[in-house]
Amino acid sequence: MYPFDFTLVHDAAGAIKSGSRDAAKFIAGGTNLVDLMKCDVERPAHIVDVNALPLATIEQVAGGVRIGALARMADVAQHPIILQNFPMVSQALLESASPQIRNAASIGGNLMQRTRCPYFRELTWTPCNKRNPGSGCSAIEGENRLHAILGTSDACIATHPSDLAVSVAALDAVITLRGPNGERQVAATDFHLLPGSTPNIEHDLKHGELITSVFLPDAPHARHSAYLKIRDRSAYEFALTSAAVGLDISGGTIQSARVALGGVGTKPWRARNAEAILTGQKPSPELFRNAAEGELTKSVSYGQNGFKIELAKRTLVRALTDLAGGAA
Amino acid sequence: MTIPIIGKPIDRVDGRPKVTGTAKYAAEHTLDNMAYGVLVMSTIPAGAIKSIDATAAFKSPGVIDVISHLNSPKFKVPKQGSLRETFLPFTDATIHYTGQRIAVVVADTLEHATRGAELVKVTYDPADAKVDMQKFRGDATDRSKSKFAKGDADAAFNAAPVKIDQIYRTPEEHHNPLEAHSIVAAWDGDHLTLYDSSQNIFGAQTAFAEMFGIPKENVHVMSQFVGGAFGSKGGVWPHVVIGVIAAREVKRPVKLVVTRKQLYFGNGHRPETEQRVALGAGADGKLVAIIHEGLCQGNDVCTYAERFVRPTQAIYASDNIRGENPIVSLNLPSPTYMRAPGENPGMYAIESAMDELSYALKIDPVQLRLINHADVNPTDGKPWSSKSLKECYQQGADRFGWSKRNATPRSMRDGRNLIGWGMASATYPAHRSPASAKAVVSKDGSVVVSCGSHEMGMGTATVMAQLAAETLGVPAARVKFEYGDTTLPTAPISAGSQTAASVGSAVYGVAMELKKKVAALDNLDPSTLTADSYHDTLSRHYLDSMDARFDAKPEQDEKYSTQAFGAHFVEVAIDQDIPVVRIQRIVSAFAAGRVLNAKTARSQYLGGIIQGVGMALMEETHLDKRFGSYVNVNFAEYLVPVNPDIRGLDIIMVEERDEFVNPIGVKGIGEIGIVGVAPAIANAVYHATGKRVRDLPITIEKLM
Amino acid sequence: MTLPPCYEPSDDDPHEQPTDPTRRRFLIGSAAATAGLFVAPLMGEAALKSAAQKSAADPNAMPVALNVNGKLHELKLDPRTTLLDALREHLDITGPKKGCDQGACGACTVLVDGRRINSCITLAAMNTGRKITTIEGLAGDQRLLAIQAAFIRNDGFQCGYCTSGQICSAVAVIREGHTKSDEEIRQWMSGNICRCGCYVGIVDAIKEARNVSI
Repeated sequence: MYPFDFTLVHDAAGAIKSGSRDAAKFIAGGTNLVDLMKCDVERPAHIVDVNALPLATIEQVAGGVRIGALARMADVAQHPIILQNFPMVSQALLESASPQIRNAASIGGNLMQRTRCPYFRELTWTPCNKRNPGSGCSAIEGENRLHAILGTSDACIATHPSDLAVSVAALDAVITLRGPNGERQVAATDFHLLPGSTPNIEHDLKHGELITSVFLPDAPHARHSAYLKIRDRSAYEFALTSAAVGLDISGGTIQSARVALGGVGTKPWRARNAEAILTGQKPSPELFRNAAEGELTKSVSYGQNGFKIELAKRTLVRALTDLAGGAA
Repeated sequence: MTIPIIGKPIDRVDGRPKVTGTAKYAAEHTLDNMAYGVLVMSTIPAGAIKSIDATAAFKSPGVIDVISHLNSPKFKVPKQGSLRETFLPFTDATIHYTGQRIAVVVADTLEHATRGAELVKVTYDPADAKVDMQKFRGDATDRSKSKFAKGDADAAFNAAPVKIDQIYRTPEEHHNPLEAHSIVAAWDGDHLTLYDSSQNIFGAQTAFAEMFGIPKENVHVMSQFVGGAFGSKGGVWPHVVIGVIAAREVKRPVKLVVTRKQLYFGNGHRPETEQRVALGAGADGKLVAIIHEGLCQGNDVCTYAERFVRPTQAIYASDNIRGENPIVSLNLPSPTYMRAPGENPGMYAIESAMDELSYALKIDPVQLRLINHADVNPTDGKPWSSKSLKECYQQGADRFGWSKRNATPRSMRDGRNLIGWGMASATYPAHRSPASAKAVVSKDGSVVVSCGSHEMGMGTATVMAQLAAETLGVPAARVKFEYGDTTLPTAPISAGSQTAASVGSAVYGVAMELKKKVAALDNLDPSTLTADSYHDTLSRHYLDSMDARFDAKPEQDEKYSTQAFGAHFVEVAIDQDIPVVRIQRIVSAFAAGRVLNAKTARSQYLGGIIQGVGMALMEETHLDKRFGSYVNVNFAEYLVPVNPDIRGLDIIMVEERDEFVNPIGVKGIGEIGIVGVAPAIANAVYHATGKRVRDLPITIEKLM
Repeated sequence: MTLPPCYEPSDDDPHEQPTDPTRRRFLIGSAAATAGLFVAPLMGEAALKSAAQKSAADPNAMPVALNVNGKLHELKLDPRTTLLDALREHLDITGPKKGCDQGACGACTVLVDGRRINSCITLAAMNTGRKITTIEGLAGDQRLLAIQAAFIRNDGFQCGYCTSGQICSAVAVIREGHTKSDEEIRQWMSGNICRCGCYVGIVDAIKEARNVSI
């Protein structure tokens, strides 16, 4: 691990000042950052501990819920407002990692977590454009069973690993950032970036900016929502595929639909094509299959991960079918 | 007088230290002035080190030394002992495989040593690497002399009315004990003290004595608690040699813990295998030919061969059997024995093929196995010392409800789930090696029995206390078993399911000896001694204690074939659209001679089965052939079962008395639990889905 | 085989601390060219240096006060020290185990302010002022907790290496109330890998102890 100095900050202004130094990084739960520092992938020279900031509250506000960035995954998952109004978020969190990690990891940190691509993390002597821009991508022609089929580029096919991020992308969440120039808000779907030719740039987050909260807007499709995660073992594993689905069905018709896919995208994959196909239609197996087909038309197989194309479709169909509850 | 203690499900004697956190594993010994060693691994699979630049490492705070082939003293390669590779680390610049340990950084703290190791810059002269077993299959040699033949299997196969001829594959798998390999080494003059997470301390002692040219007595190896091994800690791997060299060079005790990632590259693995099984049968189901051949990965710096054709020689009766498992030598890390070496991958292939044959013949899988039951060893013709495989089939099938099985694939459902029932046989040889033991009874009637064996969780310490207690006629709580130290009487490697038989025979022998000696003081019949007799007799003779030693050796000329057997019955549930395989229940019946402790034995069986579930459904170390490197080198992507993967396990221990296998009638149970689990699951998957998966693990894409 | 270009760490990294210029340099060029010229390491020198280093303060160390099992420890630690390494290497509290050191096995599980976490992926410095309980701090002087006794009775371990973490997790599972069914226990114990395969005994132990207050 590279050496660094450690600063505990007590207020946002202090945090941003400390965090604005060159090679400074904020730490909250540390579950991803410390791991990546051990891998020598993350190399902060300054660690800024933000845990003392008052950013852990989960509160009902006008039009939705505001989750403080330092709220822990476990607490958000079991919060009554989340359970009642945003069940897919709770489910996505509970399907994540392990109880121990969920106790430590923060919501802000979860959205910042980095890919599990082994060439990025473990095989640090191999080319990786995310770790070492311009060096190449080892996964495209390598071991890529777990890699992305959507949003890939010639430079990177690494999967975004977060479950939570998939659910917040589905539900039109808004992320509040605070930096040296004050506060700004970014749609969750715009927060994570496609790799393009710069896979090392993963977020719309400027140096020194801190995630302070995540806002989830109330909506019928948020209240009637679910998260389905498919993986090789029963728990404690990243998704092969996942689907976050929210449906507002009334009068036998889907009034609004929210869909996002996990385990398949280089970023949490908001499935707008699927949503468009679903909206205004009567739920049926054919409709759900069409929605899945429509979303995956642009998916790309890199060999070992080719099964994810069909698996993602089936995952989405299953999630929609179960959520529609016999309506299909 | 005998109080029955052997077999009782008493609690582990080392339970308390383990549940309170006071059990000390190798790396938990802290010595004065101790430094930390961190390994540097090669990042190419073949070639030579061109340069090692340790400038930055030396500039880094706390770094004491950087040792590599460039500056390490050279030592004699031990011929004896348990060196797992044929060369010593730091011998020369040659790179044999990716991950080879090429340098060590020693520093005052773990953080400093870790950083120092990252700063060591190595350049290489790469050479063409051989990493693809398929590409070099033509170079395969039968280095382990595995070839055997009975009758003319090829002719019989060609003439057989019903044939199965398939290729089965098993991937590279890693033991992944929860405790990574670790040592603390300290020198005092020419005396070496070594805390080693080892299942073979006497092997380490011999190796280091020879390597440094010092008497064995100067090498004190201790291994009190071992955090899992499964074969991976059976020998002296390079990190042990390196840690010992480092301690010698810096003249400080050195702690060296292999990281989880490093563990994938230089502490053994189960090698990849490709196995052809050809079964020829008559319409009556009788096997007229068994052919089992193929390939496994090896390398030029170890002698290990995965002997997957070994079970072929023992499991089914046939007049025509042949087998061979040659090695393809590659630039990959050294493989080694991993739980049920040979039998485990071999039986996956055989038992899958038997299942395929059962469908071809339309004979129930259990019935097919009964038809081909080997009443004597099918290759050497010797009688079995005991065999209760038929009882295993019977009791397992009854408990499972096998008779309710609809034989047609995809015929059993539960909602969206396809349900499959499959079964397979298990077998593992009963091994035994020489072992010695000492027993001391004190005037207060307490007994200490000692043998430098190991406790990796098999329950050795517990069952040895039980064995000695019953033999002596004293309560188990009065007996303490000491182990894990080379100053104690010699024990063999704790591997191959031989500890109970080997150490148990010595413990039984020494208890008998001690009993005789105490009885002789008063010319008593030893069998009349009671728990009080020891105190009474010793007191009467003004003795504080009395001791005995015993060396136990297996018979040289064995009249019997000795083998444990078992059978697994598995139910899987597989979603019809999203076909992840979930285990619903497994009923396993084993007959492995006498059970020494019903509680710890059950745990051993369960553990083997759970590792078998991992092997069947998730375990695979992926190799990137371009880099010659393993890829999923952590616990998040090398998957092993977690708690919710496991449900519905049921163990039947079939009673079996064996008067011939060894003095205590045990056959060993550490390995057999895993044997046959993967094929039983694969067979259940076929029954559920109609898809035959012939390459492990059975992951979702293979069923889509 | 052609190897792709390899990543090399840069020489002039801002992270590296200024160092003592009197340290011996250890620069080796081509092995073939220099192996013969290389002067064998000066063990005496190394030993002297190490003794000197041990007494010298670590230039990067920072004060960290850890409250472990009810006892306050004031340490000076390298900021890189994880909570797990602080416990094991600095306080000789070795109940928490290093299994994967990556938060992927649960052997290092401890309770921090009553919640179970992986001590291997939290920095020690982040835990100043928090109440840390390890396996050593669970039981009283002589008496085992019901869950510890239940682990022994139900043989919820073999090698014992994951056991400290399993029991800390089990204590938390019971306190959290996630023990209503076998399936729920299994799910909420999924963050603790047991390679010996003792999951059956672990679940049985938790069932046995779940109604006893901890």
